[in-house]
Amino acid sequence: MAAGCRFVAGYPITPSTEVVERIARRFPMMGGTFIQMEDELASMAAIIGASWTGTKSMTVTSGPGFSLMMENIGLAAMMETPCVVVNVQRGGPSTGLPTMTGQADMMQARWGSHGDYELIALSPQSPQEAFDLTIEAFNLSERFRVPVLFMMDECVGHMTEKVVIPPAERIEVVPRRLTAEPPGTFRPYRVNGKSIPDFARAGDGYRFHTTGLTHDEQGYPVMSEECQESCVRRLVEKIRHHVDEIVHVEEEGTDGADVVLVTYGITARVARMGLELARKRGVKVGVVRLIVVWPFPEKRIRELAGKVKAFVVPEINYGQMVLEVERCAAGRAATILVPHGGGGVHDPEDICGAILGALK
Amino acid sequence: MSTVLKRTEVCAEDHPIAPFIRMDRMPHIWCPTCGIGTVVKCFATALDQSGVDLDKVAIVSGIGCTGRVAGYMKLDAFHTTHGRAIPFATGLKLGRPELIVSVFSGDGDLAGIGGNHFIHAARRNIDLLVILVNNFIYGMTGGQNAPTTPLTARSSTMPYGNFERPFNLPHLAASCGASYVARWTCLHIRRLTKSFVEAIHRKGFRFIEVIAPCSTLYARLNKLGTGFDLMRHYHDHAEIRHGADTRELEIGFQDTIVCGKFVDEERPTFLEMMHEHYRKTLGDRFVPMPPEGGWIHE
Repeated sequence: MAAGCRFVAGYPITPSTEVVERIARRFPMMGGTFIQMEDELASMAAIIGASWTGTKSMTVTSGPGFSLMMENIGLAAMMETPCVVVNVQRGGPSTGLPTMTGQADMMQARWGSHGDYELIALSPQSPQEAFDLTIEAFNLSERFRVPVLFMMDECVGHMTEKVVIPPAERIEVVPRRLTAEPPGTFRPYRVNGKSIPDFARAGDGYRFHTTGLTHDEQGYPVMSEECQESCVRRLVEKIRHHVDEIVHVEEEGTDGADVVLVTYGITARVARMGLELARKRGVKVGVVRLIVVWPFPEKRIRELAGKVKAFVVPEINYGQMVLEVERCAAGRAATILVPHGGGGVHDPEDICGAILGALK
Repeated sequence: MSTVLKRTEVCAEDHPIAPFIRMDRMPHIWCPTCGIGTVVKCFATALDQSGVDLDKVAIVSGIGCTGRVAGYMKLDAFHTTHGRAIPFATGLKLGRPELIVSVFSGDGDLAGIGGNHFIHAARRNIDLLVILVNNFIYGMTGGQNAPTTPLTARSSTMPYGNFERPFNLPHLAASCGASYVARWTCLHIRRLTKSFVEAIHRKGFRFIEVIAPCSTLYARLNKLGTGFDLMRHYHDHAEIRHGADTRELEIGFQDTIVCGKFVDEERPTFLEMMHEHYRKTLGDRFVPMPPEGGWIHE
């Protein structure tokens, strides 16, 4: 709401439902519309439609619903539609553990919809960050015209903690960047040397066309290798060329560390306890916490790989973000996964054990 | 001897519906004798006659032959994913309530893969004009069985004839709560156009089914001749029965096609129900989304 979101479409799914319940209460009093759709396919399609009117929009779900949203997340990427998709992760696969935590949708977030595209995903570790980073998620989606995935987990989703909500004037909100061009000459996907086109919203007389098909700058379908190349390349490069502006990590103790933890979400807080235990035993250990998970902070991990002996990656899955760490380490540092099947969080002793084991 | 017209001649800008069509995208992809173009012509004519502000009209299509309509109409136009035109259009309408939102798609898209959205949008009586072109088959993918294929008709996935009962779409829409329900064929161009004009001025979920020939697949697989023969069938077998009991509108193979307007009732729409309810329960605390959308103005 503070980010300017005024349209939410959702379908009830544990453990995310509290978000839409809250919105259903608040929106009628602040000029927003919430609609409970018939399923998650409809919810995702509806928020894309609403976003094309300039109204900022969001949907909220968990694993099974996230799977159903995948095709239309691809549509949002292809049509370059700003929107936010919240996934309060639970244990999977399939129905899995509806009321218990997981972090096993991280690769699906990156690769879940078919075809080549780039998007942005964030992972909060606390209720405070759930507030602050949701605003960042909306702002990033407006700046880069991509769906932004907000990858919570059940623990953070259900956590009760103090949250400081700053006064409205101190919250930076990026508005929709509407084109200044008149309807006659406007082209919905013309970039004029930039990487992201300006936006025209439905109902302003532009009579534009947009499609999920491979398209030219006019938004017209063109079935050719050349058009595919220019269309997809721009979708990918608009993020890849701006990675440094998007990447957001929090680091502590990485200078001179022998072991670096790479972690995110609730696991970052548990890993912190494992780190303290290891420090008490004299290990020089630091931590890189991923706040923006996708795009992955490739450059930083590569730099660290030349300095540290090992990366330790605890996550509530059987190895997802660890694959990125391993790829960026490229054999220059050991990469150790501390897996967890879900339904709970790691035992800090296990993380400490992995840190100690990494030095053997 | 036949002559081949130059593209520029075919796309003559002085065609009466040229202002509604993206002439720079002509020629279209539809087969000769396909009925979709006729429906587009009637819709464009209806838009012209209706006098609505075209800047406020949006059109949404899904996937398939009819799914290409949005791509050819000079409106704010959205060519979306298979089956999801109705929920996408729902978002457009709720995101900017002043818009007139139309959905133009085929039977496979709206009644097959998108069937769930169809019934829920009708139930909510949300302000959408839904035009469904029914050619009894999946055209774009090559003639597979549709949820509208008549019993015993052949399709490429029912090579021995269809044994599934088809949807009776006007009955489906009416029983779910649509405020306007009509069916016409491609032959009824004046009545269809009139129906479009009427529906544009109505509120709520308005559903118009248009039976259209697919000579390339439906007629060929069923040995029914050309598109012209299908039109002749409409001429001989269409029966106009306004206000007919929608339970009796199922279409059998090469059987009677009952046409007409079956439902035209003023019922509160989704937005009207929502606004009235919030005014009643929240009083002055209710702040509706502005007609131009919930966009944060700088």
